[in-house]
Amino acid sequence: MVLDDPGLKHGAASPQARSDAPWQHDKNKDELEHIGKPIRKVDARSKVSGLTQYADDLTMPRMLHMKLLRSTMAHAELAHIDTSKAAEVPGVKGILTGKDMPMPFGILPVSQDEHALCPDHVRFVGDPIVAIAATEEEIAWDACRLVEVDYRELRTIGGVHEAAANEEPRLHDYGVRGNIHRLENLEFGDLADGFERADHIREDTFWFEGNTHLPLEQHASLAHFDKDGKLTIWSSTQTPHYLHRALARVLHPLPANRIRVIATPHGGGFGGKSDPFNHEICAAKMSMLTGRPVKVVLTREEVFWCHRGRHPVLMRSKIGVSKTGRITALDFHSFLDGGAYGSYGTASTFYTGALQTVTYAVENYHFRGARFFTNKAPCGPKRGHGTVQPRFALEVQLDKVACDLGIDPAKLRLDNLAPRESVTANYLRIGSMGLGACIEKVVEGSGWHERRGKKEVTKDGRIRGLGLACSSYLSGAGLPIYWNGMPHSGVQLQLDRSGLCTVFCGSTDIGQGSDSVLGWIVGEVLGINPLDIKVVTGDTDLTPVDLGSYSSRVTVMTGNAAMQAAERAREIVAKGVAKKIEVPASRLVFAEGRVFDAEDPETGMTFMEAVGIAEAQLGTIGTVGSYTPPKSAAKFRGGGVGPSPSYSYSATVVEVEVDPETGIYRVPKVWMAHDIGRALNPAIAMGQIEGSIYMGLGEAMMEEMAYRDRSHKGQRIFLHKIPSMLEYKSPSTLEMPDCVTYMIEDPDKNGPFGAKEVGQGPLLPIMPAVANAVFDAVDVRVDENPISCEKVFAAIQAKNEGKDARFGPALDATGIPDVDFGESLRIKTPWQGGDGTASNAPSRTKKAKK
Amino acid sequence: MLRLPKFAYHTPKDAVEAVRIAKQYGKEAMYVAGGTDLYPNMKRRHQTPQQVISLRDVPELHSMEVLPDGRLQIGAMVTLTTLEHYPHLLAHYKGFAHAVREISTPLLRNMGTIGGNLLLDTRCTYYDQSHEWRESIDYCMKKDGAICWVAPGSPRCWAVQSSDTVPVVCAMEAEIEFADEGGLRTLKADDLYQDDGIQYLTKKPEELLTKITLPAPGNWKASYLKLRRRDTYDFPVLGVGACLWFAEDGTIEKANVRLGGIGSYAMPATATEKLLVGKKLTDELIADAGAAAMKPARTMDNTDLDVYWRKKVAPIYVARALKACL
Repeated sequence: MVLDDPGLKHGAASPQARSDAPWQHDKNKDELEHIGKPIRKVDARSKVSGLTQYADDLTMPRMLHMKLLRSTMAHAELAHIDTSKAAEVPGVKGILTGKDMPMPFGILPVSQDEHALCPDHVRFVGDPIVAIAATEEEIAWDACRLVEVDYRELRTIGGVHEAAANEEPRLHDYGVRGNIHRLENLEFGDLADGFERADHIREDTFWFEGNTHLPLEQHASLAHFDKDGKLTIWSSTQTPHYLHRALARVLHPLPANRIRVIATPHGGGFGGKSDPFNHEICAAKMSMLTGRPVKVVLTREEVFWCHRGRHPVLMRSKIGVSKTGRITALDFHSFLDGGAYGSYGTASTFYTGALQTVTYAVENYHFRGARFFTNKAPCGPKRGHGTVQPRFALEVQLDKVACDLGIDPAKLRLDNLAPRESVTANYLRIGSMGLGACIEKVVEGSGWHERRGKKEVTKDGRIRGLGLACSSYLSGAGLPIYWNGMPHSGVQLQLDRSGLCTVFCGSTDIGQGSDSVLGWIVGEVLGINPLDIKVVTGDTDLTPVDLGSYSSRVTVMTGNAAMQAAERAREIVAKGVAKKIEVPASRLVFAEGRVFDAEDPETGMTFMEAVGIAEAQLGTIGTVGSYTPPKSAAKFRGGGVGPSPSYSYSATVVEVEVDPETGIYRVPKVWMAHDIGRALNPAIAMGQIEGSIYMGLGEAMMEEMAYRDRSHKGQRIFLHKIPSMLEYKSPSTLEMPDCVTYMIEDPDKNGPFGAKEVGQGPLLPIMPAVANAVFDAVDVRVDENPISCEKVFAAIQAKNEGKDARFGPALDATGIPDVDFGESLRIKTPWQGGDGTASNAPSRTKKAKK
Repeated sequence: MLRLPKFAYHTPKDAVEAVRIAKQYGKEAMYVAGGTDLYPNMKRRHQTPQQVISLRDVPELHSMEVLPDGRLQIGAMVTLTTLEHYPHLLAHYKGFAHAVREISTPLLRNMGTIGGNLLLDTRCTYYDQSHEWRESIDYCMKKDGAICWVAPGSPRCWAVQSSDTVPVVCAMEAEIEFADEGGLRTLKADDLYQDDGIQYLTKKPEELLTKITLPAPGNWKASYLKLRRRDTYDFPVLGVGACLWFAEDGTIEKANVRLGGIGSYAMPATATEKLLVGKKLTDELIADAGAAAMKPARTMDNTDLDVYWRKKVAPIYVARALKACL
């Protein structure tokens, strides 16, 4: 961490507010008081002193412990389940099977394909079959071992090629056909013309292996169905509102208004706790069955089985560029290995095609995406959701294009930048856009022009290389998970005569600091110390609905809602004070814990007194605020995934040192510039950037959600390779490089105080930058992620043997599955005079023959 | 589930009593030194002793002394942390001290002992897994199952020797002392191990490892080089232990090279050793001697990292380990 880096300038010189910015709220204040200052998080001290109560710390009298018996087969029908022996074990108090909860659920309305316990069909090793609650965890575990499950084995579907080739057996009886879950085919502009006008065309195939979130905290829940018929569940969830909906659905006829979901403090989410999970629903049902509180804590292995992590994606990208490197056409295919269930997969599929156009102006764009069901733990959203894999492909491909044309990769990108305040070929509305500034920062900081291509050799014989890559990410999804016209985020504010200010919001702090964001924003508007503000979040009984901590939506959406609520509160208090001290309300300043006259700062009072006066005059003070993102420009089917109030931008330069004999490389230094709009708190934002670098390097260098696939005498084993913290390789402190972090502050009109997202975007460019840096060092391409030492070694060997100096999936027709995507949905680009609607209506079933 | 099963805990006050308890309970009993290997294994139900005999209170196992003839004698219960900071070791046994430092993390080394590390259970990607995972593959022959998933056609277990100190102490020809009812006996380190993933030790279960004796400093030099994915705490996927004895003019009189992380014991790289003897250690000889290790490096699908890659880099690591003996 380089706190005193010259690239990090903030504080005194606040960025200029634009006249249309809703966040220019207090004209009487010269400077921002709390925003932009590195103050500590509202929950920091409890966390670092170990006093925070996580879900696993909770306990209740007469509490039972629940374990799930999970499938040991990758794919099978359940012929019979016999729990009678388990029921006889002393201490066992409740047993549930699939028939107790027949209603399917799932995070997306279009894929309600999960059951709390599998009734008749298991789809991966780890799919839960039976839940047992007992007085001790050991008893529940032992009892699970006594359950007899009679499996009827089905053929295992192990990956995209296998899923495309085998329509039977189907994992699910919905989807497009066979084991194809989704097929998307969107064509923007005139591809033929785009390629026709290209001076250079290249086609590449990339593979991005899946990986998982690896949160330190294992999922845990405590459910209590009380004697008054009300259910409360404390759970380590990122999305209490969606869990609330799933519980109401499966536990029907228990009405939603009798269910309370409390999101406990988080020990890591990263997208892995965004789905409603089997164990949560089972704990609730078990408490209803036994009348006792029921706790479930997943083991590390079970966390791997819950997964919902990065999809393995196979990609083929064909790009056309002019002599000068301007992109004229992009034809992109992605094939997603979805695992056993839908999860967020429909959105993930669209995301593999959505954001390519947000960084660089792509004149004509064709995206085809297919998602398959396979017998793996279900994939879903992980930091960068669905946009990470295509970003890897695009950024490596651009590096190759630059190499082909002899253009500096940084210049190639600068020349192609998508313009600010524009609409892309696929109808995403770009507001502020600081990618150019980001590129310039990292180019300058890393000595890019002087050091790239020099092949310096280190003392221990390693060769240095530099790689550059860029990215963009959304500040919250433009649409909710389920179709509705209600706000995405609501905030309620309560003030009283004690000077207390409490913020209520349904959002969930997953460590990113969203609780603190509420405090900082309300503190800024009301001129009070953020650490004096109480923040109550993630409790469906107490807090207004917020959709959850996913898609980097919280700062922008709850921030705007909090700002509205705080401004309304300020108005009420100002009204009371204005009357009392007889100055116009418009002259009052809220700062430093006081409310005073801007023209005579001595005339005024403490905030506490001010609230008391307002309360006496106007009655009890409470306000609300809410936020709904702007309407999308896209009106075609499938245009709902990608729009966002604003897009963040990142550029990175990664330095590697490659051992040419073994392919082993290390990353000594990373330069990262992030266009954050405005850093509400630079220290916390920097933490998010460095965390992204760390996580990105893990994905680039080693992390793999790999499967063990072996057959012996007709028996095929197919399961997660090594679901443990020791053997799922993730970097440690030793692999963490020096990071130089730059924040580009270019305030966006849709963000509170101009803020955009920071939690996910900076992860994206790391993997392609590593691949590009390896190329700079040893002249080989690794078109697969992770860019492991074995692959670098294999590519070096290929080069030494005079073969294509590359490691990656086959470039010919065998490299990607043969899938009929049917007719494309054709949409005219804005520059073709399009209005965001499609010009044709292909058959929605897409049952095209193979 | 990561909880220990129930067991009785014994705290004998001397080696004789420890051996007596072990003998009394037979297969039910196991010794525990630092517990960093045994307890995780018990949590995964790899080993399920009902009688655990702690060696913490056995004073003679905690000693460390330089013998009159210059040899260094280390008690089995001396922790790895103590060893890695022991000035005499750092001054005269650099290769061995380096191997000790390469074991896991500082936290583990605070608990882990040299005796425990010498007897470390063999490891395998099909074995070092939770009970539920092993249930899903119908187990393997090392525990509860019938076949070896590494080589299903093979009658034996292919779990991997994974201790960092073993290759180097074997190369150095250290001596290891055991106590049982009949008294003490001493083995050459090489003779303690055998090429079988299950029966990887030649000692009887109740025999208590009491001491390891390193040769006196002299005309030899040892090195250890470890290959793994993360230098923070991973087990070796290859651990090269080398020890060369030099004549006054620099000619190699004797060479021992052991490959850990490849087979179920620290495998001698015989062709490499043969090439070295009678010659001086030049860059060319180092490269040839390294290349000669390709054949014994019969890597299998039982550890982290690609099998083919591990085989290809073994010669490079052997060469680098030899270079470190210069």
